[in-house]
Amino acid sequence: MSTDTDSDNEIDDTDIRIADDHVDHWTDLQFVYLAIGLAVITAMEVAASYMDLGPIFIPLLITLMLIKFFAVVLFFMHLRFDNRWFSILFYMGMFLAIAVYTVALFTFKFFIG
Amino acid sequence: MADTAVHAPLEHHEDHADGVHNTSTGLSNNKLAMWLFLGSECLLFGGLISTYMLYRGRHTENLGPDQVWDIPFTSASSFVLLMSSLTMVLAVTAAKRHDDRRTNIWLVVTAVLGSLFVAGQMYEFTTFYREGLGYTTSLFSSSFYTLTGFHGVHVTVGVIILLATVGMILKNRVTGNKAEAVELVGLYWHFVDIVWILIFTLVYLIPA
Repeated sequence: MSTDTDSDNEIDDTDIRIADDHVDHWTDLQFVYLAIGLAVITAMEVAASYMDLGPIFIPLLITLMLIKFFAVVLFFMHLRFDNRWFSILFYMGMFLAIAVYTVALFTFKFFIG
Repeated sequence: MADTAVHAPLEHHEDHADGVHNTSTGLSNNKLAMWLFLGSECLLFGGLISTYMLYRGRHTENLGPDQVWDIPFTSASSFVLLMSSLTMVLAVTAAKRHDDRRTNIWLVVTAVLGSLFVAGQMYEFTTFYREGLGYTTSLFSSSFYTLTGFHGVHVTVGVIILLATVGMILKNRVTGNKAEAVELVGLYWHFVDIVWILIFTLVYLIPA
C-alpha cells in the first residue's frame, strides 16, 4: 500500500544518500596515519633491498609496492568511496596496460631465464 | 535546535547542487574526463616501464644500475613525494570545508615538496651524467632517462598546475565548484605519486 508517508520516506532516503556522497569519509588525522603507514612500508622496502632474503625478495617487494599503490588509489584518490564508474575508467586503462605489456614482454622472452 | 535539524539535509543537497552534476550520467563530466585521462596515462607509463624492464640489462660493464644507483638518496626523494600526497589530500579536505586559507597553504606545501623531488631528480641526472651515463650511452640509459624524465615532466606540470590553482583561488577566478577543481588537481598529483611507487620498486630496488 503506497501512501504519502512512504513517498516522503523515499525522498528522505535520497537526500541522505546524496548528502553522504558529499561527506568526507576520512578525517585529516586518518590520512596522516595512512601516510605514516606508507612511509613505514617504504622504509621496509629499502631495508629489504639491503638484506639477503633469497627467493622471497622480489615477491615481498612487489607485495609491498601493491599495498602502497592501492592505498593511495583507494584512499588518497577516494576511489573506494566514489562512484564505481570512476573505478571502471581507471582500472580499464590499468588492466589494458598490464595485459598489453605483459604480452609484449612475453614476446621478447623477458620472463624466460 | 529542531529548526537546524530540519534544514541540515537541505543544506547538503544545495552543496551537492553546487557541483553541477546535472549531466546525462549524473556524475561530474570533469571528474569522468580526469579518470579517463589517468586510465590512458597507465598505458603511457606501462609502455615506458616495460621498455626499461626489457633493456635494463643492456649496458656497459661499469655503468649499470647496480653501479650508479644511490638508493638512500632516491629513498629520500620517494619519501618527499609520498608526503606530498598527504599534503595534497589535506588541501582537498580543506577545500571541501570551504577553507580557502588552509587549501592554499597545503597546495603551496605540495608544490614545494614536488619541486624538491624534481630538484633531486635533476641532481641525480647530473651525477649520473658526470659518471659517464649519457642518454645515448646504452639502451639501459636511454630507457631509464626516458622513463624517469617523463615522470619528472609530469611532476613539473603538476607543480605548475598547483601554483596556478593557488593563484586562481587567491584571485577568486575558479569557476564552478572550487572543491572539485582542487580534487581534480589532487587526482593528477596522486597519479604521479603512484607511478613513482611503481618506478621506485621496479627500477631502483629490484636488481637488474
